[in-house]
Amino acid sequence: MRDLLASISYDGWILPALLLVPLLGALALYLVPGRSGTTADEELARASTMRVIALAVFVIEFLLSAGLWWSFEIGVADWQAVVDLPWIDDWGARFTVGVDGISLFMVLLTTLIMPLAVLGSWSSIRVKARSYYALLLVLTTGMIGVFVALDLLLFYVMWEVMLVPMYFIIGIWGGERRIYASLKFFIYTMAGSLLMLVAILYLWAQSGGTTFNYDQILALAQADANTFPFFGRIIPMTTALFFAFFLAFAIKVPMFPFHTWLPDAHVEAPTAGSVILAGIMLKMGTYGFLRFAMPFFPDAAMSPGIRTAILVLGVIGIVYGALVAMVQPDFKKLVAYSSVSHLGFVMLGIFALTLQSVQGALMVMINHGISTGALFFLIGIVYERRHTRMIADYGGIARVAPMFAALLTLVSLSSIGLPGTNGFIGEFLVLVGSFRTAPYLTVIAATGVIFAAAYLLWAIQRVLFHPLDKPENAALSDLNKRELTIMGVLTVMILWIGIYPAPVLDRMEASAARFVRTVQTGVAPGTTASLPPGGR
Amino acid sequence: MHFDLAIPAQLSAALAPDIFVMVGAMVLLLFSVWNRESETRRRAVAIGSLVVTLGAAAIIVWYMWSGATATQGPIAVDDFRWAADLIFLLATAIALIMGLDYDRREDYAPAETHVLLLFATSGMMLLAAARDLMLVFLGIELMSIAVYVLAGVDRRSSRAAEAALKYFLLGAFATGFLLYGIALIYGAAGSTKLVEIAAFITQDGGIGNAPMMQVGIALLLVGFAFKVAAAPFHMWTPDVYEGAPTPYTAYMAAAVKAGAFAAFVRVWLEAFPLLPQTDGSMALALWYLAVITMVVGNVVALAQRNIKRMLAYSSIAHAGYILVAVVAGTSLGASAFLFYLVAYTLATMGAFAVVMAISTRGEGRQQISDYAGLWRERPWLALSMAVFMLALLGFPLFGGIGFFAKWYVLEAALDQNKTYLAIWLVLTSVVSAGYYLYVVMVMFMRPRPADAPVLPTVPGATRFIIGATVVLILLFGVYPQPVIRFARSSTLVTPALAAPSAVGDAPVAAAPAR
Repeated sequence: MRDLLASISYDGWILPALLLVPLLGALALYLVPGRSGTTADEELARASTMRVIALAVFVIEFLLSAGLWWSFEIGVADWQAVVDLPWIDDWGARFTVGVDGISLFMVLLTTLIMPLAVLGSWSSIRVKARSYYALLLVLTTGMIGVFVALDLLLFYVMWEVMLVPMYFIIGIWGGERRIYASLKFFIYTMAGSLLMLVAILYLWAQSGGTTFNYDQILALAQADANTFPFFGRIIPMTTALFFAFFLAFAIKVPMFPFHTWLPDAHVEAPTAGSVILAGIMLKMGTYGFLRFAMPFFPDAAMSPGIRTAILVLGVIGIVYGALVAMVQPDFKKLVAYSSVSHLGFVMLGIFALTLQSVQGALMVMINHGISTGALFFLIGIVYERRHTRMIADYGGIARVAPMFAALLTLVSLSSIGLPGTNGFIGEFLVLVGSFRTAPYLTVIAATGVIFAAAYLLWAIQRVLFHPLDKPENAALSDLNKRELTIMGVLTVMILWIGIYPAPVLDRMEASAARFVRTVQTGVAPGTTASLPPGGR
Repeated sequence: MHFDLAIPAQLSAALAPDIFVMVGAMVLLLFSVWNRESETRRRAVAIGSLVVTLGAAAIIVWYMWSGATATQGPIAVDDFRWAADLIFLLATAIALIMGLDYDRREDYAPAETHVLLLFATSGMMLLAAARDLMLVFLGIELMSIAVYVLAGVDRRSSRAAEAALKYFLLGAFATGFLLYGIALIYGAAGSTKLVEIAAFITQDGGIGNAPMMQVGIALLLVGFAFKVAAAPFHMWTPDVYEGAPTPYTAYMAAAVKAGAFAAFVRVWLEAFPLLPQTDGSMALALWYLAVITMVVGNVVALAQRNIKRMLAYSSIAHAGYILVAVVAGTSLGASAFLFYLVAYTLATMGAFAVVMAISTRGEGRQQISDYAGLWRERPWLALSMAVFMLALLGFPLFGGIGFFAKWYVLEAALDQNKTYLAIWLVLTSVVSAGYYLYVVMVMFMRPRPADAPVLPTVPGATRFIIGATVVLILLFGVYPQPVIRFARSSTLVTPALAAPSAVGDAPVAAAPAR
């Protein structure tokens, strides 16, 4: 496989291709002659054309990206599949993309989830389907761009770019309070990222306005010895910059107490939107910590006060998210709050900073994408039939929909972290790894696993098992083939990672180790502080 | 090409584009007076004005390309002037084209409006060139008087009359400030030439011993702040922008502001380059002016439900962003200013073109709620408006060049260690998302009311403007290199300002040197 990929110089074009294919797909949607008109029938006829095209594009995208799994060289921490093209010469911005063991899985997760998201929207999106699928495609470019960008300007542009499609997806195809939710989502994210923009600009100015290259900015950022006046106190510049990055990523994660946009956005978004938000977009926050905030400013991130504060916030997120999830009457909101809890584990793992905990955090990122994505799909499936998300409106549906019940149980168990499912691997590694550097907090965090069992098992008990006393539920049909396909793919992933995670762990180990080393020792190995010649 | 400005013939040659516009305007004025008022006459004058605009642009491009220089004199012959002129002419051309459709829709506007646009433009071109405060005054008056008339050109509309009167009275008052400031500066420095004022300020103990100079600068600042609609001197803006005919509102929002700013930037950089070192209080005043303008513009815009008033407050906010570049006070700030103007002109003109397309005869249908469900009816119009809104918001890619414009201004501020100013800028930008996205939300997410009137077809000229501005915004948003080159090569060179300013951010006494 490697030879085959090398023979077509796969590494040389794959990442730009992954960014370009969705855009071309979006263009194709508008070029295809669909039936015009705005009556319900005409809209539906158009939707059935559009969804096929979108699915085809996403499957192509997935198949293209799958090669990365084989072409990725295990044990190499450095960037792979790098492509470097000129962009804005006068500012030193370049189109530089590449992957390492961290971003590789984020890219694969994205390309895996997106075709499923189209299948999940198959029958629920009936109006303005052309624009809907076009937005999904543009969103994909933005998300993959965030994960592969090795140029800070490119990263920032991609970071903002994915905001607009999501804003429209929530705002146009969302639930009742969609307008409020979409605006809140937009403003929160933008508020965080604009300070990051100032920080990026500062770092760029430090290079004399000559480069946005990740490695060069990394060296510059770590060497920065300036100070910054902050309300009468002089603090190191790196601390201020770390704070700017922190805010952008903490809102995206979301960390407690920046999480209030999340329940609104996740609940109001259409099913595919929730899946993408939870499965992929939340990971950008933690990815940002792994890629930028911590390696750039290790002194600030690892200073005892800040580190403890973030660890404590992470653990609060774990427990608080779980407790709030427990009392939700709305199943979708329950899952939304469970994300706050799971992402708390990721933050704990990252800031505990041992190889195991960081690998565990990465595993949780992947697993959360799969398991929570699956949960949102399942909720979407019953919502489409019953048009309610309230747990109290269900009960006993295991009797009429056995496949649904079996899959919901399996996915819930994986989300809880039952050994043998993917969830166990991640949370176990995080807890084991974090215990070495933050024992007390880890003990508290471990209770989060118990709470997770409580809220999810209680919820599925009420939905699946209680007496079948509502006549509407008696007529509920089980999963159809399309829905089984979605769940089948995710189930395979759940079990595969749960039983044999070694191939995944192998691929991320070198990069995770490099991350830990970079943050601990301060200086990034193999990078140079030299800048390209020429001034601003 | 080198002009010796002491020789009248060469001075005229250096002023050729300005003179060309003025002469063209006068010829067209005579033409329109000697002909009976009719549709054809109106069109002829409008097209003639467009030709004059393009002709002036051609002369400027030729001067720019041939690298014209000049001796020190009352006017500048540099790329900053040419670049600013080109932006004014772009805005003028767009306003003229929109005016064609406006005339047809209202079936009223007399042909002289187009000529007035040319007069105002020549005033701006003078402003961009002025190296003497007397010429600054002349340019401001030439521009303002024409614009006062434009604001009230629709005699049938009481709102237009109110707008014009308000604008005229307050404008005259502000001119008084400006003139008084110039007089006091002249009294202190003994000259109205920018170089000589700069020399006075830099000399030992110059400004410290000259309270007259300080008061003069402060009054000059007030005069400029009024013309660029900076808070707290912005009170006239919403009423005037709302009442004036839409094409001329667009022209006021983009070009008039740009013209006043061009003079502002030049005076600030060439006459007072060392002001921050010798007298921190004036630099501080400008700092606060920028912050207050950004805050007031953005926050008050949130409450607006009329699209033109919203855009008026948005233009106040943008004046604040541009002021940030002025506060930086470097040649980097000057090129950031030019870059910003390009982006701002395109986005503002485009947004007003959409307002034109939606509104009806007598300037009806200008509430934001009239845009509800626009996406279902006119998807391309709604998409274009979304692009303009995102460009004004400074959003990357979808907002195109708007993002890089803000970026450039931020860079200019950070370059001078104005970190807090940069933070104010981004925080107020977040606020601005509230009203720009409100328009987007109304267009895309609200259903079209069942009793909504049928939208008029968008006239060809307006459609052309919308399409062209969208394409340019998006194109430069992906590949901003040409605009960067344009702005960078046309910056003001201020040799006196070699050292970075000693005064850093305002609220902190001791900002560290980078």
